[in-house]
Amino acid sequence: MDLASFLQILDSTIRLATPLLFACLAGLFSERAGVFDIGLEGKMLVAAFAAAAASYATGSVWMGVLAGIGAALMFAAIHGLASITFRGNQLISGVAVNFLASGLTVVLGTSWFKLGGQTPALVDGMRFSDITLPFAAPSGQGDLGLLGGIYSHVLSGHSILVYVALACVPLTWWVLYRTRFGLRLRAVGENPAAVDTAGVSVTGLRYAAVGITGVLCGLAGAYMSMGLSAGFLREMTAGRGYIALAALIFAKWRPWYALMACLLFGLLDAVAIRFQNIDIGVFVIPVQFTQALPYILTVIILAGFVGKAIPPRAGGEAYVKER
Amino acid sequence: MDKLPRWADVVLVPLICLIIAFVFCGILIAAIGQSPLHAIWIMIDGAFGSTNGLGYTLYYATNFIFTGLAVSIAFQASLFNIGGEGQATLGGLGVALSCLLIPWPHWSLALIGSLAAGAAFGAAWGFLPAWLQAKRGSHIVITTMMFNFIAYALMNYVLVNLLRPMGSMDPASARFDKAYNLPKLGDILGLVGIPFSSKNPANITFLIAIALAIGVWALLWHTRLGYALRAFGKQEKAALYAGIDPVKITIYALLLSGGISGLMAVNAVQGAAHRLVLNSVEGAGFIGIAVALMGRNHPFGIVVASVLFGFLYEGGSQLAMGTTIPREVITVLQALVILFTGALPYMVQKPLEHLFAKFGGAK
Repeated sequence: MDLASFLQILDSTIRLATPLLFACLAGLFSERAGVFDIGLEGKMLVAAFAAAAASYATGSVWMGVLAGIGAALMFAAIHGLASITFRGNQLISGVAVNFLASGLTVVLGTSWFKLGGQTPALVDGMRFSDITLPFAAPSGQGDLGLLGGIYSHVLSGHSILVYVALACVPLTWWVLYRTRFGLRLRAVGENPAAVDTAGVSVTGLRYAAVGITGVLCGLAGAYMSMGLSAGFLREMTAGRGYIALAALIFAKWRPWYALMACLLFGLLDAVAIRFQNIDIGVFVIPVQFTQALPYILTVIILAGFVGKAIPPRAGGEAYVKER
Repeated sequence: MDKLPRWADVVLVPLICLIIAFVFCGILIAAIGQSPLHAIWIMIDGAFGSTNGLGYTLYYATNFIFTGLAVSIAFQASLFNIGGEGQATLGGLGVALSCLLIPWPHWSLALIGSLAAGAAFGAAWGFLPAWLQAKRGSHIVITTMMFNFIAYALMNYVLVNLLRPMGSMDPASARFDKAYNLPKLGDILGLVGIPFSSKNPANITFLIAIALAIGVWALLWHTRLGYALRAFGKQEKAALYAGIDPVKITIYALLLSGGISGLMAVNAVQGAAHRLVLNSVEGAGFIGIAVALMGRNHPFGIVVASVLFGFLYEGGSQLAMGTTIPREVITVLQALVILFTGALPYMVQKPLEHLFAKFGGAK
């Protein structure tokens, strides 16, 4: 494999890792606050649809982003209502959210655009354009060396949301570990009764966390339909919400490790797309194995054979103030 | 103290949830400029208006009875198995291998072979998540979900690289021997003089599903294992004190659940498709969740809910053919049913309890 194709794989790794990273951090906020969320997939999907539809209707990519965030927030509100206010089963609510998104996007998409569930292709101003970082060499200019190549062809030339996603990692770390809100958020996921005793609203904190989850899922979806591709396709998230969930477990609910896990799973995705079956001489690794690897790795991590993934202690349980 | 009379809890709550879900879907259909009443008429006419439509309804219902019972038996032990999709996929592999590799002399023997293979493969796919939950504390919802994706990748590999006939581009196995085709429901009803169309895929598996529902009922409420399952689900610590082994119960529950999911493939793969295709389950594993919730976790309720979802499925296809309403309206309805019955039970239950406390004081 030559340097150019190596750089290309790294480049698509970053592209493919971006929606995972947004969704993974989204899940991190929610689950750290004690609300399990297996509805990341649904929120991404509905956001991708709303973003593409609004961007097509208004011609503005930013209206698209707003619509995506709005749609994801609405779905987050359903999940919050079910799992915080009505103390329902958070897992079942997540399953419902996923189906709701999967059905609603196709029903609305088909009736609005008459294209069998997809939006029309987005042209120039309706999707994100790529940003060239300062001093980055234009593509096609060869021989920049390894570092120059990484800077010009891997780090440079992505849409703004990619950099936003990367910036969200230190931001999340700072919010969680260096602010009062973050401390309370983590506490509410471990021991909500203690937070309540301190006079802080458990409900308020959990809704705030679920709201942040909605915003980040909205960005993930907006990047799917306006950055990674040009328009919405039915079921376009294709299980990425679940991979993000897997990455979250893989990272043991910590922001920097989430970045690593998402890059790893993005790399696996990039490799699977580029190589199909990999012949390593002794035997051939089938593409399906590469595709299933994130899930297999997550099961191994969950099994506790390589370190142990311990979820937030109060995760999945609604908080009852008085018994 | 039960605040609601039993009939209200069993009939009224699911019914109200269903009505709310229908109203929401009606609003959605009206919002996209179609007539909800016309839509529901097309669905009813399509699914029940002819014995052929009814056959399709029952065919889908058969799938959902299996997956619904599978979800429910794990629910009884307080385990949420969302891996029905993967377990049924593997069940399909078992059925296909049994039909392709073993020269059965008669369809009835082939059926027994398929039942055994489907259940065994499905149960095997449920075993590891159960073992991990019981021994290592890995959350079963996450592991079964991961196993769904692993099953899909595995099936993709097996179909493309191993089972695909030479020269075929389709990721599907060869067709099974015609002699293994199961008797259609129409032919069986014809024997007792009831005219019923045979052009639909409803087959003898429907009767097996009904028998299984009775079997599950008997197992849960009339055997030691069933008692242990329910005790474990209701109060883990008390069950432990009573000498019920949590590891064993978790594994038994998932083996049963996975096995029943796997049986679904007998209907879909041997009964209808006559070959193994990539997505043989078509989401039935997930509908099992809705069916189990709607049927209040009772085998009888599950059969009723399955027929309802069978109707919705067949009705949805009719909608897609007869109108411009896409069949995904049914997915929305399914989501709402799961939401209201599973995640928002207090929203319906609490106001009802108030009503009964106010007016139904005769208890």
